[in-house]
Amino acid sequence: MKIAVCIKAVPDTETKINLAGDKSNIDFTGVRFLTSPYDEFAIEEALRLKEKNGGETMVFSMGGAECTDVLRDALARGVDNATHLSDPSFTNLDPLSTAKVLAAAIKDGGYDVILLGQQGVGGDNSQVPAMLAELLDLPQVTVIMKLEITGNTFKAEREIEGAHETVEGTLPVVLSAQKGLNEPRYPGIKGVMAARRKEIAVKNAEALGLAGTIGTDKAPLKLKEMALPPERPQGRVLEGDVDTQVKTLVELLKKEAQVI
Amino acid sequence: MASGILVFLEQRNGAIRKASLEALSEARRQANGKEVTALIVGENVKALSAVANKCKPTKILVVDNAQFANYSTEGYAAALTTAIKTVDPQYVFAANTSMAKDLMPRVAARHDAACVTDVSEIHVAGDRLEVVHPMYSGKTRGIFELKSNVSFITTRPNIFAVQEAENGHHAEIVDLPVTADKIRAKVTAIHASEGQKIELSEASVIVAGGRGIKGPENWNILENLCGTLGAALGASRAVVDAGWIDHQHQVGQTGKVVSPQLYIACGISGAIQHLAGMSSSKVIVAINKDAEAPIFKHATYGIVGDVFEVVPKLTEELKKHSG
Ligand SMILES: Cc1cc2nc3c(=O)[nH]c(=O)nc-3n(C[C@H](O)[C@H](O)[C@H](O)COP(=O)(O)OP(=O)(O)OC[C@H]3O[C@@H](n4cnc5c(N)ncnc54)[C@H](O)[C@@H]3O)c2cc1C
Repeated sequence: MKIAVCIKAVPDTETKINLAGDKSNIDFTGVRFLTSPYDEFAIEEALRLKEKNGGETMVFSMGGAECTDVLRDALARGVDNATHLSDPSFTNLDPLSTAKVLAAAIKDGGYDVILLGQQGVGGDNSQVPAMLAELLDLPQVTVIMKLEITGNTFKAEREIEGAHETVEGTLPVVLSAQKGLNEPRYPGIKGVMAARRKEIAVKNAEALGLAGTIGTDKAPLKLKEMALPPERPQGRVLEGDVDTQVKTLVELLKKEAQVI
Repeated sequence: MASGILVFLEQRNGAIRKASLEALSEARRQANGKEVTALIVGENVKALSAVANKCKPTKILVVDNAQFANYSTEGYAAALTTAIKTVDPQYVFAANTSMAKDLMPRVAARHDAACVTDVSEIHVAGDRLEVVHPMYSGKTRGIFELKSNVSFITTRPNIFAVQEAENGHHAEIVDLPVTADKIRAKVTAIHASEGQKIELSEASVIVAGGRGIKGPENWNILENLCGTLGAALGASRAVVDAGWIDHQHQVGQTGKVVSPQLYIACGISGAIQHLAGMSSSKVIVAINKDAEAPIFKHATYGIVGDVFEVVPKLTEELKKHSG
């Protein structure tokens, strides 16, 4: 079984976010990057599939130098090989352009299963998995909490509002991982050491057959400005003993806020 | 030339989602005199056009056959693609639900088009729309321009008001024949989750509990408050990870994003990742015994106190008022 995993390096969620001077994006200087949390479930699932079915695992990450650490981390967890999709034009791409780059890297690889996290934390778009499936002309199951693969068929359970859906079909398939799919392992010392010695393949736009086609100036979606959210008006802490506080709260919710 | 707005209305079990009617109402407000077309896909769903009609679309397209009884990405993508071909809209709207997040990016890629999910504001900018998408746990807002011939937008539930008119409107209702030629991933079963009766992302009131409730045996204290308010039950990740409650209740960066009218956080400290999921709530109430807890910085009203004392009293007080 050939398994591809696509992961994204995202700012640590604890990072203090500042805007860039020209408000074109956030200020990335000094930001610490980590594997997007949902991608960890995708990596873990790939490792388990290989443990059960044999085969090989490949991890892809598109972007700048921040990708190296997350690719090494995936290798340290046990993924066989890593490819960094790196090109000056692959900077701050929208979801569709990202999916195009990933599709170019994956399409002739003969992969049976392509795994991604259900959402890249930070951008919070939840678009790349479905777009990638469309570009590869493959079936998709997004936001999965359970996966069984038997022979060349899959059975996945996805989370929907108030229910779980079981979705079945034949490989190859694109799957996006939701929290709950598995418990990701941490890389051990041996894995970390081995990962250090491994080579990370690098492919640029030209190698992917995408020269001159990708870039923020080529996409129909433009981030016009990054802004801060409006300040919430200063709240109030209610005074008095518990009975008074509770009475005051109900009054305020009814009369002032008018939400009950 | 592409013009107007096509709105995909999500239905399951013969009911249109409220969030879809919000998207339709917002489309009407943004249409600027252009046509607004609603799309309903399913089996035996013709009667639902009466529900959609209340939000006054110009036209309602109905794709009704057994192939669409359950949602499937490829089936519904075929239906939406046919509808796009039929009405040639400038924008496609849908509510940001698990169905739309699965469907809209796929169809956007098919049209090589711009797509923005989880949109919290829409503005007219010249002859186009500009949208706001909260990013980085709500710490920033991306303002986006969508410049494709047809562009895709999903609206965050509970932000946009439903606008219904009871009388006089008669949308043109059109049967749209669609056959999906390949559905490679098929839904073979749907299991309703236990417990939650009101869907978190659409609830107008949410009562959420964190580590401050001490243990899963104490959920009943919050459930009583939920019962009184008709609220859905939310949770912090700490208590989901501890196994006190199912992940479907988790609010936050790795849980659900919610924007209810009222969010009552009980024994939740207010970590940035939790705030990511609920900071766009209209009114936030915090009940926490630590006056320094970060949640108080974001709360409209705060009570410094013990959840085990405050919540039962609050439930009683509310009962008096509703009785
Ligand atoms: C990548 C990442 C993603 C994350 N995603 C999420 C997410 O989606 N959602 C989420 O919620 N968190 C998320 N977290 C975790 C987050 O950082 C916090 O750890 C978590 O929200 C804390 O949960 P809590 O408020 O219940 O617990 P705590 O932080 O332990 O807070 C408990 C609070 O209860 C109060 N308390 C205790 N006893 C009482 C009492 N008797 N009466 C009243 N108050 C009391 C305490 O004063 C305290 O403020 C994420 C973290 C990371 C790193």
